Amino acid sequence: MVHWTAEEKQLIASVWGKVSVEQCGAEALARLLIVYPWTQRFFSSFGNLSSPTAIISNPKVRAHGKKVLTSFGEAIKNLDNLKGTYCKLSELHCDKLHVDPENFRLLGDILVIVLAAHFTKDFTPACQATWQKLVGVVAHALAHKYH
Amino acid sequence: MLTAEDKKLIQQTWGKLGGAEEEVGAEALWRMFHSYPPTKTYFPHFDLSQGSDQIRSHGKKVVAALGNAIKNLDNLSQALSELSNLHAYNLRVDPPRFSLQFLSQCLQVALATRLGKEYTPEVHSAVDKFMSAVASVLAEKYR
Repeated sequence: MVHWTAEEKQLIASVWGKVSVEQCGAEALARLLIVYPWTQRFFSSFGNLSSPTAIISNPKVRAHGKKVLTSFGEAIKNLDNLKGTYCKLSELHCDKLHVDPENFRLLGDILVIVLAAHFTKDFTPACQATWQKLVGVVAHALAHKYH
Repeated sequence: MLTAEDKKLIQQTWGKLGGAEEEVGAEALWRMFHSYPPTKTYFPHFDLSQGSDQIRSHGKKVVAALGNAIKNLDNLSQALSELSNLHAYNLRVDPPRFSLQFLSQCLQVALATRLGKEYTPEVHSAVDKFMSAVASVLAEKYR
């Protein structure tokens, strides 16, 4: 089980409290598809992904980004049981979606950069370290049920 | 592969730092040591406390090397040749694709905190590709 200090929990909560899940989720997913174009392989039914502009304004990308980040919010409410929280999603990503867990790490890193651009100097090194840890354990929990 | 557009974006972005490059370098290193403690293992001889002179001066070196690479985007292999030797034979940092991944992430966070909205998806993509290209060159001579 992952241990979270009081300071880490505070840094997570204070950032999360100011995040627009819809905006941030859409942006993170769009950036994943733009910066690492091979990830588009999982979204062939999403329509037009032909350029950064197309990706950013694609309604399916925006909707799915919101879904992904909403799920992240669940993790934040359940920091002491991430593996349990993500059990079903992990099975889904393995058995149905066939997503290489490396992609979770990529999305996590992108989320951190989106937060950095949003919060600018308030996204301190301590803040980043906590969030890198969080995205890392979320990625780990999502990969946990792979077989 | 870095496109012409990527190269332009990288040069523009670097240009926006307006003299703060060294600070960015030191900050990127500090963030890296903080977020990825195993990276500290390569600096047992350094004072790694916040604001240390050694972190500042090493950050300055890293940034100077990146700045030089940015001036020579059409020939990264040559521009980084000395550094490539150093990393392969002397420093033997674990294959740069791992360490540079952490440095790349932290450099990008340092840039994003300064540029905010200007760190657009296109800029993000170009910088990520650039750091990836740098990592490849540095790893060329490992074996």
